[in-house]
Amino acid sequence: MSILINKDTRVITQGITGKTGQFHTKMGKEYANGRNCYVAGVTPRKGGQSFEEIPIYETVRDAKQATGANVSVIYVPPPYAAAAIDEAVDAELDLVICITEGIPVRDMIRTRRKMQGRSTLLVGPNCPGVITPDEIKIGIMPGHIHKKGPVGVVSRSGTLTYEAVGQLMEVGLGQSSCVGIGGDPVNGLKHIDVMRMFNDDPRTEAVVMVGEIGGSNEEECARWVKDNMKKPVVGFIAGLTAPPGKRMGHAGAIISGGKGTASEKIAVMEECGIKVTRNPAEMGKLLKSVLR
Amino acid sequence: MKIHEYQAKEVLRKFGVVTPRGIPCFTVDEAVRAAQELGGKTWVVKAQIHAGGRGKGGGVKLAKSVEEVRQHASQILGMQLKTPQTGPQGQKVRRLFIEEGASIRKEYYVGMVVDRGSQRVVLMASSEGGMDIEEVAARTPEKIHKAAIDPFAGLTDRDAEDIALKIGLPEKAVREARDLFKNLYRAFDETDASLAEINPLILTTDDKVVALDAKLNFDDSALFRHPDIVAMRDLDEEDPAEIEASKHDLSYIQLDGDIGCLVNGAGLAMATMDIIKLYGGSPANFLDVGGGASTEKVTEAFKIMLKNPKLKAILVNIFGGIMKCDVIAAGVVVAAREVKLRVPLIVRLEGTNVDLGKKLLAESGLPIISGSNMADAAQKVVAAVSGKQ
Repeated sequence: MSILINKDTRVITQGITGKTGQFHTKMGKEYANGRNCYVAGVTPRKGGQSFEEIPIYETVRDAKQATGANVSVIYVPPPYAAAAIDEAVDAELDLVICITEGIPVRDMIRTRRKMQGRSTLLVGPNCPGVITPDEIKIGIMPGHIHKKGPVGVVSRSGTLTYEAVGQLMEVGLGQSSCVGIGGDPVNGLKHIDVMRMFNDDPRTEAVVMVGEIGGSNEEECARWVKDNMKKPVVGFIAGLTAPPGKRMGHAGAIISGGKGTASEKIAVMEECGIKVTRNPAEMGKLLKSVLR
Repeated sequence: MKIHEYQAKEVLRKFGVVTPRGIPCFTVDEAVRAAQELGGKTWVVKAQIHAGGRGKGGGVKLAKSVEEVRQHASQILGMQLKTPQTGPQGQKVRRLFIEEGASIRKEYYVGMVVDRGSQRVVLMASSEGGMDIEEVAARTPEKIHKAAIDPFAGLTDRDAEDIALKIGLPEKAVREARDLFKNLYRAFDETDASLAEINPLILTTDDKVVALDAKLNFDDSALFRHPDIVAMRDLDEEDPAEIEASKHDLSYIQLDGDIGCLVNGAGLAMATMDIIKLYGGSPANFLDVGGGASTEKVTEAFKIMLKNPKLKAILVNIFGGIMKCDVIAAGVVVAAREVKLRVPLIVRLEGTNVDLGKKLLAESGLPIISGSNMADAAQKVVAAVSGKQ
């Protein structure tokens, strides 16, 4: 088992004819069961063409009908990316993973509003994607640093997630699934949503939760963990040294009004029984220490 | 992106938000002429800088004669205005805004932000106008009233009137306040704003509702569709190093320490700052080179870091995903040669093509110190700065 995606997932790449879409579709196809997983691409006005033997369709609906795909990944440029999410939601896919960085917040507010009451899940935008090691990779993470195993990883950051995975591998631990939820203020799945899935996944034995300054998603997740989680959780929060009022790269990574600081988040997580390291080089070691 | 008060008022007036009449000025003579043109008996001379808290620092003054306008204008223009938001060095005042005086019965606070919890724009208002709203939120949160706005329905009459009543506006001013709130939301939505603040919103002695101050910030990701707003950008108000970095698509923020960091990814960049601090060092900057760094980008990043006179060492921390370690290593070598590096350089590479990257660094003949992992690299850079290598 795993969460969100596995070897039976069938993927549509939205924006498959762009440089980024092409590169990562190729990498995804070459990873584990990718050859069977990547079944379609979508680019308006390029329907009928193909890329690396993957047929291209005009719309997500067409691609779904022709191939039975249930998940899409989006590499569409920012001005059109929210509309691409809307299209996938309208086509009733199970899951949309939006990699695109720099989507206007106003567009995402409308997209999230349209998603109310719909069954499609969204990961991202501005995220590295999701990987279930040795089965399927959807996104921009380096596949080769991962290995199948018992640890779930959920994170708001890209490279810091790779860092966590690298450290797990150093202590000999593989991963069930790794989910990068992205660094934007208005987005899809939050820490808490992914944590629930890891809790229900029999293959996941422990979870690494990586957060950063801004917002209160980590706190909400921590409170849920305290009351519901059956498995050990360890964490790291980036930005203890970040000054207030300065946006640290990610649109969502900003301390405003004295809220969303790293120390505040760490305090709540520790109150809720999550072991948190102040040292970003010790995420792997800490996880190993709590594994039963 | 931030703009000045007078620009924010210009934007808001286009959407029907009522503000006092005013004229922006760059010289004392212009300020005097502006007061004469506006007429009336009182004027307010307001420093135009992006930071808030201008009144407390002496940047906002009431004038009761044109001569007083001249005096205040000559005093404020060119001053190094210090407010709680400018930091101790203050910000030089280069622009003024001369506004007609208002007769204030009571002050209120109105703001709009994107709320992550509800994933919507939220209208916030309080009876405690003119105060620092963060202080009000901390001390008397019950005095802040909020309404989340449905993006399809917009701010409804009912929600707007409800908020107006809750903050204690008198019955006869409620309709005007409602219209102002609705116009403010239209302005926020149609300009892709990320923050709007009217502090204070005033009730005048003749029961009019007026935006006495105005602050608007915009979503950087949406600027591509607002050339009129981009035209209002004032580079004098921004950090020169950050402007230079943004030209090269680098995300850079200057900090107080002496260890420069060059990292790929915002989360890892923050974590790198944190680990430097943890081992007793102090980061000189936040620098995210992003996903697709080229040799040119890495070279520019080095140049920007090296302009900082406090800089004593550089830590490069790369976890290559899309970005291949050999590309970064080649960039580091070229950059180190081109900028004639004068401080110790510690490099930690991990991920795609890591061995190739390390080989390039080793064969470069440059005195680059290699870090085997994040902790090792951070300890080495801190040791290099404190001279305990």
